[in-house]
Amino acid sequence: MIHPSSSPPVTPYALKGVYKGILKVSVMLALTYALISGLASILPAADYRELPLLGNRVAVWIPAQLHLMFAAFVLGVPIFAVITEIIGAVTKERRYDELAREFTKLLAMAYTVTAVLGCMLLALLVLLYPKFVGYMSELFKPTWLLYIVLIFGEVIVAYLYWYGWDTMQGRYKKWHIALGVLVNLWGTALLFVADAWVTFMMSPSGIDEANHLVSLWDAVANHTWMPINIHRLLANVAFGGAIAAAYAAVRFLNASTDEERARFDWMGYVGSFIAIGAFIPLPFAGYWLGREIYQFSEQMGVSMMGGSFAWLWILQASLIGSLFFAANFYLWLGMGRIPGANRYTKFQVLMILVLALGFLTWATPRSIIATGGEMAAMGGSHHPFLGLFGVMAAKNTAVNLMILTTFMSFMMYRRGNRIPVVPWATVGKALQALVVAVAVGIVLFYGVYSYFVPSLVRIGFSVYQVSAVLGAMAVFVAIDIPLLKGAREIGAIQWGKIAPRAQYALFFMAIVFTLLMGLMGYIRSGIRQYWHVYGRVADESAHAYTMSHGSATLIVSGIVLVFLLLIAGVFALTARQKDKRGDAPAQVALAGEDAR
Amino acid sequence: MVKWTFGLALAVWLAVLATLKLGIQPPIPASVLMLYMVLVTIAILVFVAADETRFGHFVAPLRAVYEGRVPRPVQVAVLVALPALAGWGTWLRVAPNFDAPFEPRVVHPEPPSTFTFNGRTVDQLTLKNPLREGADAESLARHTAAGKTTYYRNCFFCHGDALGGDGHFALALRPIPANFRDVGTISMLQESYVFWRISTGGPGLPNGATPWHSAMPVWQNYLTEEEIWQVILYIYEGSGSTPRTWDEGTGGHDH
Repeated sequence: MIHPSSSPPVTPYALKGVYKGILKVSVMLALTYALISGLASILPAADYRELPLLGNRVAVWIPAQLHLMFAAFVLGVPIFAVITEIIGAVTKERRYDELAREFTKLLAMAYTVTAVLGCMLLALLVLLYPKFVGYMSELFKPTWLLYIVLIFGEVIVAYLYWYGWDTMQGRYKKWHIALGVLVNLWGTALLFVADAWVTFMMSPSGIDEANHLVSLWDAVANHTWMPINIHRLLANVAFGGAIAAAYAAVRFLNASTDEERARFDWMGYVGSFIAIGAFIPLPFAGYWLGREIYQFSEQMGVSMMGGSFAWLWILQASLIGSLFFAANFYLWLGMGRIPGANRYTKFQVLMILVLALGFLTWATPRSIIATGGEMAAMGGSHHPFLGLFGVMAAKNTAVNLMILTTFMSFMMYRRGNRIPVVPWATVGKALQALVVAVAVGIVLFYGVYSYFVPSLVRIGFSVYQVSAVLGAMAVFVAIDIPLLKGAREIGAIQWGKIAPRAQYALFFMAIVFTLLMGLMGYIRSGIRQYWHVYGRVADESAHAYTMSHGSATLIVSGIVLVFLLLIAGVFALTARQKDKRGDAPAQVALAGEDAR
Repeated sequence: MVKWTFGLALAVWLAVLATLKLGIQPPIPASVLMLYMVLVTIAILVFVAADETRFGHFVAPLRAVYEGRVPRPVQVAVLVALPALAGWGTWLRVAPNFDAPFEPRVVHPEPPSTFTFNGRTVDQLTLKNPLREGADAESLARHTAAGKTTYYRNCFFCHGDALGGDGHFALALRPIPANFRDVGTISMLQESYVFWRISTGGPGLPNGATPWHSAMPVWQNYLTEEEIWQVILYIYEGSGSTPRTWDEGTGGHDH
């Protein structure tokens, strides 16, 4: 039962929750400090201390990546939650509010795990890499203080957001949403500060020849800082949505009643919608980051894309291509429960063709594994025909068309059971088709033209391609909204009436997102090779070598497995917690409701 | 049409395999063919499984076989053919052959951050072509002309008259020399990279670049630093390409 709107927005219950959160973080920080100080005074002074068995590098890598994944989750979930809450407030549909609430409930425990992993990472870094951490601490001292302030701020706001959920309903809703936005702003600030340290290690600036600080702001706002900020922010939303969808998928598969199936089917759809929505602009943010890396250091860029890490990009391409497949698969199967959507089935042949050709192009390696005989037949350097697909000109074209195709699947899904009735419907639909056709034309034209111009011009072309696709999507949606106003509905969406195999697509997407984070995290960090701070502070430890791809991907896979187990634990334990609201989560009436 | 989903899927799969195997010359290396066919298989399965009607028709023949609703000889043929195919595939993978083993190759070996040029350490991260930086048109033309002379005295035997990687010795080498007119070679690289490759040649390649055993000589032993920069000016000019550069104004910071 929701409390009456006259209740005070901040209750003693909410304040108690906040105090608990502050206490928890304070205790953890104090214990970490005590542990580090104690061990540092016992252990002999050294530039590097060696951890037996695992080795320094892997020992730091595992908690760092796990911490990052949980941090992404606790930053992604509030974004996901507040978007859903706003949709609920605008549409006045309670089930959105319930969905947002259900995920925010996870935050308290997820914060704890994130903080524990962060403390582990801090302790390992300080104890195993004392000299380097000393240098970084000195350089970024004011940002450390800011970081701690932000952590406490985040805990206070996030706990108020959660514990105030039920009391801040009705006329207090807007304040609660404002609190949700604040959680996100605070979380984003945390992300930006941590990114400053990481990106400084990749593309240092703001220091003189002797590596002394000249300008803290320049050290923070280095070449790769903002691209990584944006890339991670978008990825966090996609990640939060994907995990939410996977959770819904598990619940759907375990559901025993039609009502539950309907609820979790809908939840999975909303999660995947937010995940894919954030995923679509992600490659563009990635290109920006790649461009900045090349601009900072061609050597680093070549190591990443053409050198020893090139093969990992084939893995990345396979994973992202699979995501496109899974997203479209899920949407197409979902159209089976939308009356009238079968009129779009005929387009699926063309769409799978574009997706498959795009995937093949994207996965075509520039550096090919070949036997001696095959190499002789190719004439050495590269395959004269396949080489055309191994370069960015082809890959940019492919990914843009795949994004556009996925967007079209979404639009067809959205329109599935609705027929526009506005008088200008025919013109509107023709305009939409024209916009998409023009975008495809621009992408193909510049894709082909890219082969005939120098690289500097070619890089500029990718901007035109991206703009054409983003522009087409924006115009399409801008026409679609008034077009579907008052549209005739063929029938209500039959939530829960989806083939169970669609749920595996959601589960698959969450795993692939997690794998991508691990893999890309390794590449981003690995391209520094034997440098702590690229080109400035060398890694002189025994671990300053580039691992074999087999070893690195095994570690990444292991980390992903541990993360999935931990997050499943968080979900299971949170589900067991007694809901202090005093009753079971409200079952939401779904019949006849339209989620879009 | 939809009721033939299974047959169509099989036909598409075989058609793609035949096209990739026979329609492209020189033949696609087996590693890439495998990658392509795995993706094509997934694409076909995603397509058939994404619609209830299609999926129903796709699994219908399989169900008919496994549930015994087809003539016994068909059932036997399928149950014999599947393990036989798997066995044949396994044999193809494990059968002994005399080819050199698979080795990953790197088309653009990554340059080291520093390398030695006649005993001096050169910083790759900040290296720029001194003959291009701030040069006027007259001196640029003079250095490019000098580079052309150096090129035809030293490089053209392998890299060719028209910089197409097709010089007299080209076909005797493996890998064949770089084709500077190919958009995938020097136009993708900064001049500092090209300077490193020319100066240190095949022996200067990093371990990650093996088995890219290039026959390129270590040109710092034969040419001066200025001559190498001049040759670089010429190969870009002569091939009609430009070195990879960055518009410093858009990056936010200069390094």
